[in-house]
Amino acid sequence: MEFILFYIFGFIAVVSALLIILQKNPIYSAVFLILTLFSVAILFLLLNAQFVAAVQVLVYAGAIMTLFLFAIMLLNIKYEEKAFSKLANLKITGIFVTFVLFIEFMYMIFLRKGLGIAGNISPEKVAEVGNVELIGKILFTKYLFPFEVASLVLLVAMVGVIVLAKKKF
Amino acid sequence: MVPLNYYLILSGILFVIGVTGVLVRRNAIIIFMSIELMLNAVNLTFIAFSRYLNSIDGQIFVIMVMAVAAAEVVVGLALIIAVFRIKETVNVDEINILKW
Repeated sequence: MEFILFYIFGFIAVVSALLIILQKNPIYSAVFLILTLFSVAILFLLLNAQFVAAVQVLVYAGAIMTLFLFAIMLLNIKYEEKAFSKLANLKITGIFVTFVLFIEFMYMIFLRKGLGIAGNISPEKVAEVGNVELIGKILFTKYLFPFEVASLVLLVAMVGVIVLAKKKF
Repeated sequence: MVPLNYYLILSGILFVIGVTGVLVRRNAIIIFMSIELMLNAVNLTFIAFSRYLNSIDGQIFVIMVMAVAAAEVVVGLALIIAVFRIKETVNVDEINILKW
């Protein structure tokens, strides 16, 4: 069952990710990005990360994609004939570079030696206590400082956007 | 249980598709979407490792990545709109004032 779900949603994620970069119309790309984000959210659910899956749907598929669609609407981009780079060289070089990168990834995945420090949060404990409670506990104790810094980052981004959105700089 | 390597390969494929989008496409908005795709591939790796190591720290990292991604998208789109007001285009080949 888990394998079937993994294959189905992994396939959907990869195909719609490919369609993002192959579509000429940015709106279609945005819709396929939403599809990719949803299938990745379901993979998060398969990996026992319910809270992160919910945040993925709310923040990514909800907030960020709405922002993207608003930007596309504001920009009023015409259907572009030259969606890809006019430098044919760059296209070939780009595909070559990503191919090399992919080989490198596979090499690293299959050569992987160390794995990291194992914790004690087993799936049984997650089922017993609950994923959200575990995340909340660790977020407000061990990771309190990064949490506060993240709020500062969001504040700075907000101020920056308000300054950028003004008519005159 | 699905082996860890399957998830790593899947997120490697998603990341590589994102890199291809950044290198090949010239529409600034689609480049941004590809960056989101790359961030998501990395998030998938974090969650997979956190599941297979029985640790919850990876999920905290993913939440931080999402916060930074939200901030980055907001600023980036505002910049794109500011550039569009001046140049009337979002094609990165035509935004070349800084070119020597």
